[in-house]
Amino acid sequence: MSHIIPSEAPRRRRGNGFWRKTWAVLIKEFIQLQRDRVSFGMIVMIPLMQLLLFGYAINTTPRNLPTAVLLQERSDVGRSILAALANTGYFRVTELPSTEAELDRLLASGKVLFGVEIPANFERSLRRGEVPSMLVIADATDPVAAGSALGALNRVVQTALVHDYAIPDAGAPAFEIRTHARYNPAGKTELNIVPGLVGTILTMTMLIFTALSVTREIERGTMENLLAMPITPIEIMLGKIFPYVVVGFVQAAMIIGVGILLFNVPVLGSLFVLAGLSTLFIATNLSIGYTFSTVAQNQLQAMQMSIMFFLPNILLSGFMFPFAGMPVWAQWVGEMLPLTHYLRIVRSIMLKGATLSDLHCDAAAMAGLMLVAMTIAVSRFRRTLD
Amino acid sequence: MSEVNAAPKNARPNVGDVVIDVQHLTKKFDGRAVVRDLSMQVKRGTIYGFLGPNGSGKTTTIRMLCGLLTPDEGTGTCLGYDIRTQTDKIKTQVGYMTQRFSLYQDLSVRENLEFIGRIYGLENPKAAARAAIKRLGLSGREQQLAGELSGGWKQRLALGACTLPSPQLLLLDEPTAGVDPKARREFWNEIHALAADGLTVLVSTHYMDEAERCHEIAYIAYGELLVHGTVEHVIAASHLTTYVVSAGAGVLNALSQDLTGKPGVDMVAPFGTSLHVSGRDAVALEAGIAPYRRRADLDWKKAEPSLEDVFIDLMSRAQDNFK
Repeated sequence: MSHIIPSEAPRRRRGNGFWRKTWAVLIKEFIQLQRDRVSFGMIVMIPLMQLLLFGYAINTTPRNLPTAVLLQERSDVGRSILAALANTGYFRVTELPSTEAELDRLLASGKVLFGVEIPANFERSLRRGEVPSMLVIADATDPVAAGSALGALNRVVQTALVHDYAIPDAGAPAFEIRTHARYNPAGKTELNIVPGLVGTILTMTMLIFTALSVTREIERGTMENLLAMPITPIEIMLGKIFPYVVVGFVQAAMIIGVGILLFNVPVLGSLFVLAGLSTLFIATNLSIGYTFSTVAQNQLQAMQMSIMFFLPNILLSGFMFPFAGMPVWAQWVGEMLPLTHYLRIVRSIMLKGATLSDLHCDAAAMAGLMLVAMTIAVSRFRRTLD
Repeated sequence: MSEVNAAPKNARPNVGDVVIDVQHLTKKFDGRAVVRDLSMQVKRGTIYGFLGPNGSGKTTTIRMLCGLLTPDEGTGTCLGYDIRTQTDKIKTQVGYMTQRFSLYQDLSVRENLEFIGRIYGLENPKAAARAAIKRLGLSGREQQLAGELSGGWKQRLALGACTLPSPQLLLLDEPTAGVDPKARREFWNEIHALAADGLTVLVSTHYMDEAERCHEIAYIAYGELLVHGTVEHVIAASHLTTYVVSAGAGVLNALSQDLTGKPGVDMVAPFGTSLHVSGRDAVALEAGIAPYRRRADLDWKKAEPSLEDVFIDLMSRAQDNFK
C-alpha cells in the first residue's frame, strides 16, 4: 500500500488568488458542461432551430387565409369574383358550402376565417346598373388576421371585374361589399388574447410540473427505491400526472374567471364543454412534460426540453401570430402542438359559442397527442437501473 | 406468468428451503464485468453476510436479485421466481434497503411509511405505519421530515420501511455504514429477531464484527465470489497461519517494515500494540520470522487468524489474479 499523505508537501502559491480560484471554478464548469452532451447540444440547437423555424414561419400580414364561398347563383361574374379573391393572395377558397347554415358552421368551427356570400341575381343586378351587395363575413376573433385581408378586399375585386367584363368603371363602385366582422365586431384584441393566455399559461405551468418529476426522483436517489417496489410505469405516470390535473383545473378556472371579470371576455358557449376540454388540454400537456422527464437525464435537460417545446407553442400555435398566415409546413408543425387545438377550442367556445360537435376534430387531436406522449413515456421509462 | 413456476402466495415453506438460488451471474457495464460467473444459494431463515471491498460487485449482485438490474449471463431464482422474467413477483416479496437513503426526504416519517404501505397494497396503511413507528421507536418523530433525521434514525426508518410489507426476503446494502455502535447493535438484534421468524436476510457490510454475526458469509472481490460458508469454515479454509507480536509502538513500526516482503510473510497488519503477521504457507512463515522470534523485546504468540486477516489475504490474492 502506497502512502496517501505525500512525504514532501507541495508548495503553495502566495496571495489571495482571487483569479486563480475563479479560474478553477471556470474550468470545472466547462468540464461539467462538456460531460452533459444533451445540454451541450441544445446550446447549439435551441437558437438555430428557433431562428430558422420562426424566421420563415412567422408572417404578420397573413396570406392564403381559408375562405368559404356561398354562391347563391351560378354565374360568370361570381366565378370571376372568386378568381379575383384568390388573386389578392389573401384569400384561398377552401370550401363551397351550399347553405347559410353550413357557412355559419364552418366559421364557428374555425375551419375558415372568411365567408363570402354572393346572392342570387347578382349578375343581373349588376348588368342593370343596380348596386347589388356581396356579403363578406370575417371571423374577427383574431383582428390581426382579418384586418389586412379586409383592407385589400374592396379595391382589388372591383378592378378585377372592370378588366374581365368591361363593366363600366364609372368611378362609383358597381356593387357594394358589405363586410361583417363576426364574433368580435369592435375588433378588441383582448377578446383574442385573454382566451389565448389561458392556453399559454397552462402550457407553461403544466409542462414544468411534470417535466421535473422523474428526473427529480433520479437526482434525489429515490428512484432506486421506487423501482424496487411492485409498481408499474403506468401507475407511476398516472399517479404523478393526476394531482396536477386538479392544480391545472384550478388555474384555468382562475384565469377564465379573471378574464370574464376584468376584461369582459364573454363565454358564449357551454362552460361545461369548456371545462371538459380544458381538462383534456391540461392532461395532454402534463403527459408531454412527463415524457420529457423520462427522456431527460437530469433536471436541467428536462427544463431545456420544456423551453424548446414551449417556444413553438407560443409562436406557431396562432397565439401571437395568425395561424392561417403561416406556410403549410409550419401549420403542420402547429397541428402537432396541443396549444394550437386548444386555442381554437377556447376561442370558439368563449367568443363564438361553438359546441362540442364543432370542435370534435381538435378535441380528438389533443386526445391523440396525449396518448402518443403517454405511450412514449411508458415505453421510455426505464424499469431497471441497467 | 406460468402457474407452474409460481410459488404459492404467503406460503411459509420449511426452514431450509433455498430462497436465493443463482448460477453463473455476470453483469457488465460498458464492457467491463462488474460481477462475473457468480453462483450462490441462500437458505430460508439465514442471515447471509455479503462481504467484499468497495466496487467488488456487492450492490450489483443485490440489484440483480431484486430485479433492478438484468444479468447479462446466468440464471436463477429468488423466492422461487425467475430473476429475469418474474421480477414483478419478486418485488412484492422482497424488502430492499438501498445503500444511499432513498426515502422521500420531503415527506414525514409517517407519510413515507404510509406511501410504502399503499404501494404494497396493505389493507390499512395508516395503521401499519402507526404500528411500525411504535416498533421502530420513532414515536414523537412521526411528523418529522425524513430528510431532517440523523443518520441512525434514517437507517432505522429505512429498515422499518423495507420490513413494513412483511417481505420474505430482506436485501440490505451496507445498512450500517456511518451508524454508531449502539445503533448498529440494536440493528443487528432486530435482524436476528426477524430471521428467527423465518425471514431471510442478505446483508452487505464492511464490518468484520457484523460478518461474525451472520449465519453464513460470502466474500466477493473483483466481481467473483471467492469463498462462502460459516465464519469458522471460511477461516479454516483460508489455511492462513497467524502470529501476534506484541511490543512497544516504536519497535513495531520498524518491525512491520522489516517483515513486509520477507519470504513466507504474506501480510503484516498493526493492531494497536500488536502486529498480526500471517502467511499462507506455515513452514515458509516459520522460516521467515525465525530470526525475529529470538529477539527479547518481542513477544510472539501463535493465534487464530481473524476474519479481517482472512479477507485482506483473499483480497490481495484476488488482486494478484486480476491485475
